[in-house]
Amino acid sequence: MPLDIERDQRRFKEIVRGRLRKNLRKYVTQGEMMGRKGKDLVSIPIPSLDVPRFKFGDNGAGGVGTGEGEEGQPVGKGGQPQGGPGEAGSDPGSEHFMEVDVSLDELAEILGDELELPRILPKGDASLQDEKSKYDSIRSTGPESLRHKKRTYLKALKRQISTGEYTPDDPRVVPIKSDKQYRSWSTIQHPEVNAVIIYVMDVSGSMTDDQKEIVRTEAFWIDTWLGSQYKGIEKRYIIHDAVAKEVDEHTFYHTRESGGTRISSAYKVCADLIEKDFPPADWNIYVFQFSDGDNWGEDNEKAFSELGDRILPHVNLYAYGQVESPYGSGEFLGRLKSRFGESHEAIVTSEIEDKDAIYESIKTFLGKGK
Amino acid sequence: MPISEIAPLPAELQEWQEKIEKLAAGHGLDFFPTIFEMVPADRLNEIAAKGGFPVRYPHWRFGMEYEKLGKGYHYGLQKIYELVINNDPCYAYLMASNELVDQKLVMAHVYGHCDFFKCNAWFGHTNRKMMDQMANHGARIRRYMDEVGVEPVEEFIDACLSIEDLIDIHSPFIKRRADRHDPGERKDAPPKPARFQSSEYLDPFVNPKAELRRDDTEDTPKPHKIPEHPERDVMLFLLERAPLNAWQADVLSIIRDEAYYFAPQGQTKIMNEGWASYWHSKMMTTQIASAAEIVQFADHHSGTVASSGGSLNPYKLGIELFRDIEDRWNRGAYGKEYEECDDHAERQDWDRQLGGGRDKIFEVRRVHNDLTFIDSFLTLDFVREHKLFKFGYNPGTEYYEIETRAFPQVKSQLLVNLTNLGRPHISVVDGNYKNRGELYLEHAYTGVELQMNYAQDTLQNLHRLWTRPVHIATVIDEVETIVSFDGKSVTVDQGDEVESEEDD
Repeated sequence: MPLDIERDQRRFKEIVRGRLRKNLRKYVTQGEMMGRKGKDLVSIPIPSLDVPRFKFGDNGAGGVGTGEGEEGQPVGKGGQPQGGPGEAGSDPGSEHFMEVDVSLDELAEILGDELELPRILPKGDASLQDEKSKYDSIRSTGPESLRHKKRTYLKALKRQISTGEYTPDDPRVVPIKSDKQYRSWSTIQHPEVNAVIIYVMDVSGSMTDDQKEIVRTEAFWIDTWLGSQYKGIEKRYIIHDAVAKEVDEHTFYHTRESGGTRISSAYKVCADLIEKDFPPADWNIYVFQFSDGDNWGEDNEKAFSELGDRILPHVNLYAYGQVESPYGSGEFLGRLKSRFGESHEAIVTSEIEDKDAIYESIKTFLGKGK
Repeated sequence: MPISEIAPLPAELQEWQEKIEKLAAGHGLDFFPTIFEMVPADRLNEIAAKGGFPVRYPHWRFGMEYEKLGKGYHYGLQKIYELVINNDPCYAYLMASNELVDQKLVMAHVYGHCDFFKCNAWFGHTNRKMMDQMANHGARIRRYMDEVGVEPVEEFIDACLSIEDLIDIHSPFIKRRADRHDPGERKDAPPKPARFQSSEYLDPFVNPKAELRRDDTEDTPKPHKIPEHPERDVMLFLLERAPLNAWQADVLSIIRDEAYYFAPQGQTKIMNEGWASYWHSKMMTTQIASAAEIVQFADHHSGTVASSGGSLNPYKLGIELFRDIEDRWNRGAYGKEYEECDDHAERQDWDRQLGGGRDKIFEVRRVHNDLTFIDSFLTLDFVREHKLFKFGYNPGTEYYEIETRAFPQVKSQLLVNLTNLGRPHISVVDGNYKNRGELYLEHAYTGVELQMNYAQDTLQNLHRLWTRPVHIATVIDEVETIVSFDGKSVTVDQGDEVESEEDD
């Protein structure tokens, strides 16, 4: 008889997803609530999925334990005494929320549904072929290093038995050349649509930790969404103050410089990177730039020509997020708009005043469906 | 229903079952026929997630439980060795991957549980055909789900589960009132005029004193109070009084039936596990395990009764108390003379050669529950020998700390934790609060506060059943407090100031 447990499990997951949806804005805003678990899973605290009851407060009741120890010696951290006393009657320790594991794909789907994000139609169709070798067959010829010993032995044994050479009393099996079997591979080609996200961030002194926190949270959701739209996605990071350089992810979020700001330097590094590594015919390119809007005035012109000539023509999307900072002037956004017009097809901009604005900002960035 | 799907045990285990059953009966254990089924780990997890009943009604929390068990098993954090169902016949599930020595241990353990289920008085009123009853519940709830939809039914179950603790665990034994309220009893006398308006000089004539007195005393019916006395069985009260439609009332009655079925298991956990452990250990070491198996047995046995990190293991406490009782009654180490002896050496060597230990523990397992078990048999010597201590929360350090090893405090703490299954004592006091049909509950405060966020959510679920404002009187920060939910927001009334929280 089939058990209902699969149905119960499905219902449980539906309810979890429902809670996630309901609280999505909160999760989007407070990215740090979520824990990363391995590559594809995040664990998310879901409020009160247990059944509420009248019960004693966690920290009020004591209990009885056993073992050595002096009076005053701790036996467990508040809210989580170590299991046992609960067994004997009281039930302290359970929290008012639980952690559930959600795959990034599932999270992206919820994000997509809730923000009504259009699916992306990748450009450049399946122009790039990815080749993979898979050892999945056996041949009678091949290099000795790939000899399949078990199969070879079996074939030799079969031959010896069928020709009467095999004697159980003297069970020697000697393979001859025609017995030898080798592993062999086939090459599988599958079309791959490639995408790269290039993150650019101003790390000059006016960008504080609060601003970077916002950038980090936005980047998490951007990664999640774009990652669900493309198979295999590359990420590159560029930081700049007066000069720019490409860095790894950790450095990206943990660098703080004190210099001035020259955005053109970052655009140059970005454009060079595209030229060198990501031929636009084969790649879907996304550039996300975060800044507090400060730039040295005389640099703007240089920056815009770099952006207009060497970046915009090649990218699916160039997104500029201006994070409000107590120090930044916030001028760059206006300049950018007046230079390229309010509705340049590849440009999308957003002003992010605080954490609460992240939700809308993501919707703006990704809502174009590019 | 499950009988037909049960595959016979492998021949070797079947032989062992017969042997162990005979051994258990030989010791005087008295059990229902016991049916073993061997199942793989994930199936055992499925059954355990459903509280032991594969045929139970569908609900998301079983799916959640299954996920937890599955994860725990997958990461090697926990493993269920066995599962026994209080039913006639008794059903027991064996984990297929266990080794033979474990299966033997589990079978011996299971017969201990089966005996306990059958013979312990607190299980006397449980439904012994619960397997069928659960299937019946499942069928009814599935039918409602077909009729009105899965979500409304499941959400209603959620609300019922919120109050499944609020039953009167003694009601199977003590009839406090008839289950159903008979509306015919009520004599609704016509309302009497009280005082007529009149000018002062006419008053003695219009409202003669004698007549007023008569109103006060004689036939004025006392205002009818609902309930007449505070009632512990909040579920029953709602079943009779809440505006439920037919399917809702039936679902609530199902949840209530199951709550009563499971209640004795909570009341006797220490005893039940102790008893089963006592018997598996006795039979394994003296009769069942081969010389080669005894070490492995000892290893697994000590694993189940281990106490780690200062926590109290109910298996361990139970088995040691049974052994202590048996030993003391064998030696006659009880009664006035023994109690009054304060020479430690003499007490230790006390032996009147009475040999009544075995009979005593059988009697104990028949009449006691955990609370009375601890109250009657936890002694100073025992607490010292097993190094028990009382711990409490220290808000300064945010740690639970050892408070004392003094016997009276340790014992009373244990009793507190076992009273009412360690849950707050809550009754319905008024079903017509403020004369507005609101529901008023009272928490009998004993020094420990309710967990407020849970209490608020529980009130909201109660409101779904009662559909009018609900209140609970309790104590917060040593101030008498009424927490209320009116359908929109929770209010916390501490007399002078009213805090209100909008519910989102």
